[in-house]
Amino acid sequence: MTRIYVPRDSAALSVGADEVAAAIVAEAARLGVTIELVRNGSRGLLWLEPLVEVATPQGRVAYGPVAVEDVPGLFAAGFLNGGAHALAHGLTEQIPYLARQERLTFARVGITDPLSLDDYLAHDGFRGLRAALALAPAAVVQQVTDSGLRGRGGAAFPTGIKWKTVLGAQAAQKYVVCNADEGDSGTFSDRMIMEDDPFVLIEGMTIAGIATGATRGYIYVRSEYPHAFEVLGQAIAMATQAGYLGDDVLGSGRAFRLDVRLGAGAYICGEETALLESLEGKRGIVRYKPPIPALKGLFGQPTVVNNVISFASVPIILDRGAEFYKNYGMGRSRGTLPFQLAGNIRHGGLVEKAFGLTLRDLVEGFGGGTASGRPVRAVQVGGPLGAYVPASQFDTPLDYEAYVGISAMIGHGGLVVFDDTVDMAEMARYAMEFCAIESCGKCTPCRIGSTRGVEVIDRIIANQDRAANIELLRSLCDTMLGGSLCALGGMAPYPVLSALKHFPQDFGIETSQLAA
Amino acid sequence: MSYRDIYADLVDEPGALLPIFHRIQDRLGHVPQDALPEIAQALNLSRAEVHGVMSFYHDFRAEPAGRCVVKVCRAEACQAMGANALVRHAEQRIGTPLGSTCADGSVTLEATYCLGNCALSPAVMVNGALKGRVTPERFDALLAAAQHKEQAA
Repeated sequence: MTRIYVPRDSAALSVGADEVAAAIVAEAARLGVTIELVRNGSRGLLWLEPLVEVATPQGRVAYGPVAVEDVPGLFAAGFLNGGAHALAHGLTEQIPYLARQERLTFARVGITDPLSLDDYLAHDGFRGLRAALALAPAAVVQQVTDSGLRGRGGAAFPTGIKWKTVLGAQAAQKYVVCNADEGDSGTFSDRMIMEDDPFVLIEGMTIAGIATGATRGYIYVRSEYPHAFEVLGQAIAMATQAGYLGDDVLGSGRAFRLDVRLGAGAYICGEETALLESLEGKRGIVRYKPPIPALKGLFGQPTVVNNVISFASVPIILDRGAEFYKNYGMGRSRGTLPFQLAGNIRHGGLVEKAFGLTLRDLVEGFGGGTASGRPVRAVQVGGPLGAYVPASQFDTPLDYEAYVGISAMIGHGGLVVFDDTVDMAEMARYAMEFCAIESCGKCTPCRIGSTRGVEVIDRIIANQDRAANIELLRSLCDTMLGGSLCALGGMAPYPVLSALKHFPQDFGIETSQLAA
Repeated sequence: MSYRDIYADLVDEPGALLPIFHRIQDRLGHVPQDALPEIAQALNLSRAEVHGVMSFYHDFRAEPAGRCVVKVCRAEACQAMGANALVRHAEQRIGTPLGSTCADGSVTLEATYCLGNCALSPAVMVNGALKGRVTPERFDALLAAAQHKEQAA
């Protein structure tokens, strides 16, 4: 009996994976062949979705992108034995896009059935948790600190230091909160972990609970991710049933209960204090800091708040050791980051690599240039609050500090590629418009500044007193950068200023004027 | 009428307000405004607080949506692949501007900002189902299929 894999990741579903799976089952029945269909996660080679894999003695053979109409032809070509076909890509593991990656956090993603606990255990699952339970809490925190892991949500704050603060805080109840409000355009790595390897997130959060003395956890998932919400609910129920969660985690006498909550369409709830307000049932309004959430977080109690990828990177650190993880990367950016190749790109998908490679490696090497075939003009790195990086800076190593050095940020590792038809003045305007739509309204620079920003850019585009309005825009950006309460207003100027700096001609500024 | 039966089991949850709104909207398609006073009472909150939360979040509707809900992603990755043209096409095809329901109540067309399908842009969501690589032609086919399904139901 041949085993066939058809992903259940929502990106694959969005281009017909369910229909392809049904067609395969129907065609096998018609031919009287017995097959075993596994709904795995996505390999992250998203341009090939739906990517169907067939298990052969040599390994899994990939076919994609498969449409319903291709299915009879695949059977006719003997794809059950890995037969040749126009859609065949050979052994999945040997596809260069995948073979050249360093998959630590995403080690299992695409290989396993996300909701099979047996699969998870067979692929090193829960080994990190077992290791953590054998250590004192402070030793677990030390491992995370020594690994060099920094917050993968974008802010890159050292995870171990945050955990140490919560461990040291005295309180009757502490919490672990997972920020799964992945609202940045160009990012989908959190979604893929939640849908394609949910147990690794559960394991990472449980380790955080054990390490800091927190007995309750919440995952706050954005409502745009209904599939992730559903999968997490099922995975939590399974893990609880099997004793990995609950009042006595793996017989250790330690308790950790986990719940998943749904957001309601507010980008600002990706900001950690707004997220905590939302979890408390309030409007997602940013809090003043201090106090920091590690001391006064959810319901006023000490709280670990980390991104999905931060938590999901912890099990392998505990399993393989801090040194193992730390050996990847460069400078103060240790380990790997799952980069997400998005927008106008030929080979869009997920590429987990150690820090230190370049945008050129990712966009041209892995990505194969634009989907449109036109030249790449700009890449927005790090989401809607990230800078637009021009081709002249594509060789800067992807390292948190090196990116700060070019007034950009790596953020959550999302890369949105634009070809040469993009109008960068329009993109700058959009950055301000988005900020205006999503501002929580608490601080004036963000609430008012973003709306004024749209108006000023409109005047620049319309060539009304252009030089003076560009000055005004710079001054406004300066106010937002320095005076906003959180990163939304405080970073929305980055895309605007980078567009202005690198693509002045789109704002009607002659290069000769710039020199003057 | 009382809505209490819909959410009674959630009242004692910490931070219950969002889960309650989601539950009501899941069941009824929107959150009727006459439910707010009783929710306020059940959670020992003021009506203003409950209204404030309801109106803060983009997802919660005070009025029923159209029979089909189509959300088109307007975020950067989708813009890089022609989302603005897709929005114009959708508005023309459905005959209503973004953020509104067409006159016969058949379709609500809304903007959304990232569906997490950024490698398969442009993306839309049709009645909660994510769709990728949506050309104008594919948009028309998806809409027709959703309307056909809704009529059959």
